[in-house]
Amino acid sequence: MSKHMTTNTPTKAPIQVQASVLKNLDAVRAMIKRHKLNDYIFSVIGLLALMFALLTLLILFGDLVMDGFERFNLKFLSEFPSRRAANAGLLSAWVGSALVMLVTFLVAVPMGVAAGLYLEEYAPKNWFSDLIEINVTNLAGVPSIVYGLLALGLFVYILGLGQSILTAGLTLGLLILPIVIVSTRESIRAIPIAIREAAYAVGATKWQVVYDHVLKYSYGGILTGVIIGMARALGETAPIITIGALTFIAFLPPSPVTDVAPFINFEWLSSGFTVLPIQMFNWLSRPDHAFHINAAATGALIIIVTLLMNGTAIYLRYKIRKNIKW
Amino acid sequence: MQNTTSIIKAQSKNLDFFYSNGMQALKSVNMPLYENKITALIGPSGCGKSTFLRCFNRMHDLYPGNKYQGEIVMHPDNTNILEHGVDPIEVRMRISMVFQKPNPFPKSIYENVAYGLRVRGESNKRMLDDKVEEALKGAALWNEVKDRQQDLAFNLSGGQQQRLCIARALATDPEIMLFDEPTSALDPIATANIEELMSELKQKLTILVVTHNMQQAARVSDYTAYMYLGELMEYDDTNTIFTNPTRKETEDYITGKFG
Amino acid sequence: MNTATQMLNQPINLTISPRLAKNVRRNIKERIIEFILMLAALSAVATTLSIVAILLYESLSFFKTVSLVDFFTDTQWTPLFEDAHYGILPLVSGTLTTSAVALAVAIPIGTISAIYLSEFASHKTREIVKPLLELLVGVPTIVFGYFALLFLTPILQKIFPELPGFNMLSAGIVMGIMIVPYIASLAEDAMRAVPMSMREGSYAMGATRFQTATRVVTPAAISGIVAAYILGISRAVGETMVVAVAAGQQPIVSFNPMESAATITAYIVQVALGDLPHGSIGYQSIFAAGLVLMGITLCFNILGHLIRKKYREHY
Repeated sequence: MSKHMTTNTPTKAPIQVQASVLKNLDAVRAMIKRHKLNDYIFSVIGLLALMFALLTLLILFGDLVMDGFERFNLKFLSEFPSRRAANAGLLSAWVGSALVMLVTFLVAVPMGVAAGLYLEEYAPKNWFSDLIEINVTNLAGVPSIVYGLLALGLFVYILGLGQSILTAGLTLGLLILPIVIVSTRESIRAIPIAIREAAYAVGATKWQVVYDHVLKYSYGGILTGVIIGMARALGETAPIITIGALTFIAFLPPSPVTDVAPFINFEWLSSGFTVLPIQMFNWLSRPDHAFHINAAATGALIIIVTLLMNGTAIYLRYKIRKNIKW
Repeated sequence: MQNTTSIIKAQSKNLDFFYSNGMQALKSVNMPLYENKITALIGPSGCGKSTFLRCFNRMHDLYPGNKYQGEIVMHPDNTNILEHGVDPIEVRMRISMVFQKPNPFPKSIYENVAYGLRVRGESNKRMLDDKVEEALKGAALWNEVKDRQQDLAFNLSGGQQQRLCIARALATDPEIMLFDEPTSALDPIATANIEELMSELKQKLTILVVTHNMQQAARVSDYTAYMYLGELMEYDDTNTIFTNPTRKETEDYITGKFG
Repeated sequence: MNTATQMLNQPINLTISPRLAKNVRRNIKERIIEFILMLAALSAVATTLSIVAILLYESLSFFKTVSLVDFFTDTQWTPLFEDAHYGILPLVSGTLTTSAVALAVAIPIGTISAIYLSEFASHKTREIVKPLLELLVGVPTIVFGYFALLFLTPILQKIFPELPGFNMLSAGIVMGIMIVPYIASLAEDAMRAVPMSMREGSYAMGATRFQTATRVVTPAAISGIVAAYILGISRAVGETMVVAVAAGQQPIVSFNPMESAATITAYIVQVALGDLPHGSIGYQSIFAAGLVLMGITLCFNILGHLIRKKYREHY
């Protein structure tokens, strides 16, 4: 194959090497060496900067674990808060967190997914959808404590819901709404038009297309956003403090499930409560060091749970991206 | 054969190239570049002509996993520019490149042209001014921009931007200049300007140009290489390639029977 | 049997066919669904409006007692004292000081991290580090508050013995650490958005990585990077738990990070902890403070998003 093409290559390369070119090359090489030193220096600095952020997380976690080590036992999870630090536990806090999360989930997921669907699949591209879009972006940047003020004014007093699990759940639900909306929209957007056209082509209505195809294929992405949002809600402290929920809670809300018909009750929604980060803040703001140990143990627990949730979400997203076939 | 007395500026010897996904894009390419001549690379898309061109300034080193085998030897110093010990930066300082789409930096016209010199550590204002003017004149852009050198380069037209990129490449006195389909994003008038420019530039340096346009190859180049599926099918002086190619495949491509 | 001919021969049916009726029902159902979805989308607008309405409503009552001039010029903030003063300046100065410390930490480290990730790190490193940064963003702020109060402050006190137990320096630094991944991630996105052809242009001129990163990629991505800073500022200003735990509660006009001072957010927390009666001036004051906070962050957020949008259109 290569017989034809080398015929024109002269065999004689110029013998005389121009001294100027070589001298020039030496200078160039010296300069490159100098310049590349900056590359190496920056590589080191950059790596250190990156490590700084990551190492902080490790130190932070290590510090919490070391400080709170003596509270790591089941008793810590099964005891109510107490005036005596060594006896105090997280029972009411983790139950409260679980119930608040339940309300948050029920508020944010249907509303967020529906809003995301509307914006991507239904909304006409005009000032109206722009308005909603600007609102969602803007809400994502509103400081969480402002949501607390909204809850205090609106839910606690105007709507008279009091400092209850329902108020907290609604507040956190609104807080993570933008996260759910944005992740829903992003995963919907990743679905190619061709799939929708294929469904329309066999006579499906818009809702059938949206429900059977769009929603189903974007399920994983939506789930990712929901988990990240729930992790955020779990760790949020400021808005819950603002609604005035920092009180001494040594009881459990009424159980949502009962043993008599209809086996379900809603009294728990209006119950007073505490949650994990609030309990941590409570212990942290006491001068007595014994309570700081409790705070550390709580902090370690919160970190573990939120890291697990976020880690799951990130892993899920990674898997979805890898498996996308279109 | 005309130009038999020409000096070889660089030549590839048994050059193989593998992309990081394992695909072999070049198969044992042997080809000379003659000093102060324009060599054109033609062939259907995907034939490896751009890949070959980008070997000359080690552009492939920017993406991990790419692998060269064989040599590209530069004269007069006989450096194999693909050798591991040779810094790609050194190669790029000797061999500059003009891209398919004009890619000016988000800087002023002046700073775009001065970039190569600044990268080389030049900071003497007088020296920079002179070099920028010389390069802009060399790229036939001076008259259009001399009064607005501080304007953002993005404000120029597409053809002007491409000539700016040529000026940028020219300012550092390269030995070889690579053109990767330099006119594919330009209108016919701008294309004609660039082609004229290339003919002038070859008095100062050696040019290797990839083109998808056979008329362009015929118009501007002294030598033409026809590549197909990563192989150099035929190399000869441009006249011979376009009037009397040795191989049937070359003739088919040139006459538009495929590609 | 020839069905086509049969059908043609049938008389034309002028009553609404069952199929058509079904279409009408289906259309109504589709409309209802669309309406419900639209309501959900409108909840975002409703939330914004409610926030603004509540803040304005309670603030209006507040400003019936307190003049706007006092609010913006008085240098004392003591709404809960006998001798009440309502100058927002001390809270604003505390907020700005802690935010400034945070940015002094977060901007250099975040930017360097972003440049390293985008231009120097291998693909593999990036694949590992990016998710880790996201994990860091997800760490609850109350935990960082613990870190500031019980880890960093004691260390800082060893260096500066006169540093009080509650101080803006420690809170600011920890807030900065908190914002680093946020800024790094956004700035890296902006730098990745710079087209590869621009980098190739620079490398083709013989530039090193460092030269390409600092002279071409960073200037090209500058609006995105600035937007990242601005969104970072907005986060610092609105951050609550770290300052509430570690910065202290004295509302004093001071820009010295070595002092203890309250921020807007810390004040709101402090009042909320105290169980003030609904409708009292103290209760209203947190809404006025919240309004100021909302105003500041809103300005930064809008500015940040405008700049981000601009650079996105650029490519």
